[in-house]
Amino acid sequence: MSEPTTLAPVLSDIWDADRSWTLQTYLAHGGYQGLRAALRQDPATVVATVKDSGLRGRGGAGFPSGMKWGFLPPPDGGPRYLVVNADESEPGTCKDIPLMMASPQHLIEGVAITSYAIGCNHAFIYVRGEVLHVYRRLLRAVEEAYAAGYLGKDVLGSGYDLDVTVHAGAGAYICGEETALLDSLEGLRGQPRLKPPFPAVAGLYARPTVVNNVETIASVPGILRGGAGWFTSMGTEKSAGHGLFSLSGHVTRPGQYEAPLGITLRELLDMAGGVREGHQLKFWTPGGSSTPIFTAEHLDIPLDYESVQKAGSMLGTRALQIFDETTSVVRAVTRWTEFYKHESCGKCTPCREGTFWLAQVLQRLEAGQGTSEDIDLLLDLCDNILGRSFCALGDGATSPITSAIQYFREEFEAGTHTPADVLFPLERSALFTYTPRRGAGQLAGVHA
Amino acid sequence: MSVENSTHADVSARAPHRHAAYDEATFARLAADAEQIIARYPQARSALLPMLHLVQSEDGYVSPAGIAFCGQMLSLTTAEVSAVATFYSQYKRRPNGEYTVGVCTNTLCAVMGGDAIWQELSEHLEVGHDETTPDGKVTLERIECNAACDYAPVVMVNWEFFDNQTPASAVETVDRLRAGEPVAPTRGASSVCSFKAMSRVLAGFPDGRADEGVGAGEATVRGTRLAREHGWTAPAFPGEGGAGTDETAGMQPEATPGTTEPEPKPRAKRPAGTTPRTRTAAGAPATRTAPEAAKAAGTPEVGAEQSSAQRSPEGPADSSTAAQDKKQQSEQAKES
Repeated sequence: MSEPTTLAPVLSDIWDADRSWTLQTYLAHGGYQGLRAALRQDPATVVATVKDSGLRGRGGAGFPSGMKWGFLPPPDGGPRYLVVNADESEPGTCKDIPLMMASPQHLIEGVAITSYAIGCNHAFIYVRGEVLHVYRRLLRAVEEAYAAGYLGKDVLGSGYDLDVTVHAGAGAYICGEETALLDSLEGLRGQPRLKPPFPAVAGLYARPTVVNNVETIASVPGILRGGAGWFTSMGTEKSAGHGLFSLSGHVTRPGQYEAPLGITLRELLDMAGGVREGHQLKFWTPGGSSTPIFTAEHLDIPLDYESVQKAGSMLGTRALQIFDETTSVVRAVTRWTEFYKHESCGKCTPCREGTFWLAQVLQRLEAGQGTSEDIDLLLDLCDNILGRSFCALGDGATSPITSAIQYFREEFEAGTHTPADVLFPLERSALFTYTPRRGAGQLAGVHA
Repeated sequence: MSVENSTHADVSARAPHRHAAYDEATFARLAADAEQIIARYPQARSALLPMLHLVQSEDGYVSPAGIAFCGQMLSLTTAEVSAVATFYSQYKRRPNGEYTVGVCTNTLCAVMGGDAIWQELSEHLEVGHDETTPDGKVTLERIECNAACDYAPVVMVNWEFFDNQTPASAVETVDRLRAGEPVAPTRGASSVCSFKAMSRVLAGFPDGRADEGVGAGEATVRGTRLAREHGWTAPAFPGEGGAGTDETAGMQPEATPGTTEPEPKPRAKRPAGTTPRTRTAAGAPATRTAPEAAKAAGTPEVGAEQSSAQRSPEGPADSSTAAQDKKQQSEQAKES
């Protein structure tokens, strides 16, 4: 093993500063140097720099960002758009929202650079509607950037014009899917589109469009300020740079830990004080609920795109949800499945109907009333959803189920005779002491 | 459905009128707001989501009058507006309480105690999911992951963060809300605003409170603080002190805008006709969106193209030959 990886705060570097969200603080820490550097170059050079940096999408899929930008057809005189996906809603994922609350200017500078690079004069930030203060901060950040000449007409005297609109969604996980997001931004129900054509060819208003995640775009200013080589000096060969690792759940000090890609959960857990005292790691998600779960045997897998994939999961959004031995995996998976059922947009049959059936089967297993065929039924249902759904939501819904059955089959088998909350009393998993009320009978007449 | 703007000025929540409409003064005020929203977008229909937030800021839910209003402003049928309004969970179909109290019961928060908080609040308030207390103060909801997992279990009040909750802390919060006392979120403005006030912000009208509250909570900065303790930094930017040197970075001359850099030269070639859209010169034809024009137009056309994905590609920029071939194949595959 090489020497242990340490943290590398870049985006999170000013989060502890006084009034970190203001333009003044951002400028005092070197803000907008990336934009100044970009404006001195050809847009094509900026794209090349980002390509050379190896920056990959931080929203889950890990697609090379520079390459994505390069897919735009040559300018034809019509508009081209940048749309930032700030609809962070994947269970476990909690990096973009705190980033935008603590230092929204990172994102705004990234938007300005990226827009310049791809020839866009009107960019959009689509933020989920359920984060009021984050929306306030973004509106204010854009206002400040306009006033200081980083947005608007003739950005920093360069002759380049850019408008930015911050748009609040209204509650729909599916809008994190890029084409559903575009439909939503066009004022429609947020349902995914058939691809191709991809957004690069026909995106917002059927025009060439780049859709990128918040953290991806926020990482661009550093690359322009430090150069591609600076970025590739962090991370692995194919997974370059820094990333926010979000630890949550049964961990002593949950939070955001920004580190080079390739750090391991063991290293991160050490920094976060380990699994909560007196308990052991049982299972975890490497990148949100849509990524197959891992167990203690995966503690040393480098958290980069390739290594995680090789081990049978996905790096996703680096949403490391930690569950200890008190947690029922059946309960956890059932709840995630109820989420996918709730959020399925209804456009395609496998996902709309499949998540409905998955939830029903899982609910009876959680209640200890499953049948001996239920595990096979679940796997069969998953097989009929995975790869057969219109978008990745359906695929994601199967990940926790198939992986949980792979690692904890016996708990699902126990669901044929014993309720999950008998095997794993709920109060043992909670962070506070309480007495659960089990069943309606025990509840009668009881009021706290 | 055409919308009449005369007889039913008073919109009752319990008995929505088919032809419900705002009175003239309200209509004029909301129309002025809507025009501002529409001007933010190259195409008017993009204004629909923020306009539905605007409707909620007026009525506390997506009212029949509000649906008609959106339709009128955007030349859409009420069915088209309703189809959108019913898709998103933040749009309420019944009058909402003054405060939406959402308990995260997605897996992680549920396991950490969210289920217990939910149960306690539901019993305490004697309401279930998406139900409102009789005093009209609190609408209780089970909510999905709200991107604050490192603060689990999480409760949201009018979509402000209440971190690291317990049943007792949540009960105290709702009691104070019902008593009319100011309540401060853990991370957010210095006090929670009303559902209507929140909806107006979500429609894109700032309330001037962005500078209130903390930049980051404790969990957010844990990694940053740990790095400081250990002296861990990201590699220095070439020619600079380093990203991790918090204090010194502020001293660098480059950090001040407009000082030493050479004037950036315009390099981007902009073909003729690419005048960027500005906030005032919205791409949407003004006549189409003006309420008068909408009224004159009468019944909007039904079944027109909606998503731009339904649009046939125009021009070389919209579609390469390869993309066309792929699309063709994909469509054939779908049909077979």
